[in-house]
Amino acid sequence: MKYFLKKLLDLIPTLFGISLVCFILIRLIPGDPVLNLIGERGADPARYLEMKKALGLDLPIYQQFWFYLKNTLQGDIGTSIISNNTVWSEFIERFPATMELGFIALLGATALGLPLGMIAAIKRNSFFDYFLMSTSLIGYSMPIFWWGLILILFFSVKLGITPVSGRIDFLFDIPHYTGFYLIDTLQSSVVKENGFAPLLSALKHLLLPSIALGTIPLAVIARMTRSSMLEVLGEDYIRTARAKGMNKYRVIAIHALRNALIPIITTLALLFGSIITGAILTETIFSWPGIGKWIVASITARDYPVIQGGVLIISFVIVLTNMLVDIIYYVLNPKMRS
Amino acid sequence: MLLNVENLNIHFKSDKSSTPIHAVRDLSFKINKGEMLGVVGESGSGKSITNLALLGLLPDSALVTAKNLDFEGKKLLSLNELEWCQVRGREIAMIFQDPMTALNPFLTVEFQIVETIKAHLNLSNKEAINKAIELLNFVGIPSPKDRLKAYPFELSGGMAQRVMIAMAISTDPKLLIADEPTTALDVTIQKQILNLLKVLQEKNNMSIILVTHDLGVVGEYSDRLQVMYAGEVVEEGFTTEILKNPNHPYTEALLASRPGASAHLKRIPKTLLPSISGIVPAFHQRPLGCQFHPRCSYKTHECEQSIIELKDFVRCIHPCNQLSLK
Repeated sequence: MKYFLKKLLDLIPTLFGISLVCFILIRLIPGDPVLNLIGERGADPARYLEMKKALGLDLPIYQQFWFYLKNTLQGDIGTSIISNNTVWSEFIERFPATMELGFIALLGATALGLPLGMIAAIKRNSFFDYFLMSTSLIGYSMPIFWWGLILILFFSVKLGITPVSGRIDFLFDIPHYTGFYLIDTLQSSVVKENGFAPLLSALKHLLLPSIALGTIPLAVIARMTRSSMLEVLGEDYIRTARAKGMNKYRVIAIHALRNALIPIITTLALLFGSIITGAILTETIFSWPGIGKWIVASITARDYPVIQGGVLIISFVIVLTNMLVDIIYYVLNPKMRS
Repeated sequence: MLLNVENLNIHFKSDKSSTPIHAVRDLSFKINKGEMLGVVGESGSGKSITNLALLGLLPDSALVTAKNLDFEGKKLLSLNELEWCQVRGREIAMIFQDPMTALNPFLTVEFQIVETIKAHLNLSNKEAINKAIELLNFVGIPSPKDRLKAYPFELSGGMAQRVMIAMAISTDPKLLIADEPTTALDVTIQKQILNLLKVLQEKNNMSIILVTHDLGVVGEYSDRLQVMYAGEVVEEGFTTEILKNPNHPYTEALLASRPGASAHLKRIPKTLLPSISGIVPAFHQRPLGCQFHPRCSYKTHECEQSIIELKDFVRCIHPCNQLSLK
């Protein structure tokens, strides 16, 4: 328990550092939010100053940061300059879309990567092993924006079997309940009206973005599983299990896999972070209405509060995931428990 | 006769050389029921490889051949994987050098013992747990019931080795291979563990192969002794006989390396801590002729010419007792 409290305390400097860096960086990029807002042509100097003052951008930068910090600590992470909605409400509206995409991508990558890595480890130096390891290297090196476009070109343009963009066919109007379309399309009112067509449409829309986003994690998981498994298979206790007369499959499932999983879980947590960064590219390519696209749009518009607030929440989510991993670690490893 | 090994040869395929490495050469020995066979030799002499071969646990790169490898009439070399699983742990069990790494760190003592029992004996979960408690009690673990829930890292080395032994004997195997069971333990615990093995041998009529570095240990516990060097048996016979009158120069040198133990060995110069110069040749650097000749103080030209055969239980053309007669 003390361990976790300490971890929680560690969050404070991390989040402060992220806020500071983000705050400074967005002010370093050229562009002016006020000009963006009132339009360069109609920029009457008096109006411009008035607007700048209203947004608090006329203050010296350290004062701006101080107010930002004060408001954040009071639970107000800001209001969009462009839309006048609070950053939080905009985030909440988009976050489920990213989570759904990221979750499916990571789930697919794990479901495929784990068994593939295991087989490669068991059949080490076989053709399969070499094949998997070289393809995973290619998968790992693939830039998401390029891979996403190739997928669209092939599956959507050439074969015409998948949609190019969006989360769902706009024929369907899905009431937002959880924000996860795979769940919302199962609401009784939706099913009564359209059957399972909305669900199918949501799945189709998910397919390409989750492949694009999940390719790198898949490669990482497969390679990590292989090396972790190989290490465990060489341990003395595996030999003991075999010497006790346990059959091969039991040795792998009971004695090796669980122990091999521990480093893999750490990797998964790190991958969660890369899923969010990957989402920025993937969502832009596939017009996926999630936080990645949101952040990109807010950067283009120099919407300072949204960038600051958005980045802060995302970092918070990532840091929380890492804490969750610590807890899973704790459950899996008996040595940590004592 | 329980186990009959005749002309066992083990080769390893190697990436570096085209000819396979000859790790164990022409090894023959027998074990009777209820007998303890001691095996001594430096690291790299092929002891552990032989043991793993007896359990069919060598990697795929190993090629095991033998004129005979019989366990109670079963041809071990012709067993398939499924049949092996019925031999391993059931008929032949093994305990290892380092109990702390040989037990799975993520599973409880209970899980690991019960798993073994249930794999081989037709017992319910509850019966298997009771048997596990009985076994822990037998191997001398205090409050065995509480220990069942322990993880290996919560045990001391001696306790962990007792758990290993309890696990190995849980199915009443006919042969127990103890591969340096006390090397990782301190001396007082060593003695307790070896006494436990002796009890198993005498009371349960279990046959035991005791592999060790420690000549003192075999002297006290084993009936017969086999001295291995560079993949060959260089000398074999009754333990007391060999310890008193070693025939092979290697055995003699080994015995002389014990502090203060060389008094009865006439040929050995009296120094404080005698040692054998040089090291055991690596697999790919083994010499022609007698394997020991580069380190032997009695070597002659003939020793380097051709492979020396085991004759009258010694693999040497100048056995010590013959020399000392001259």
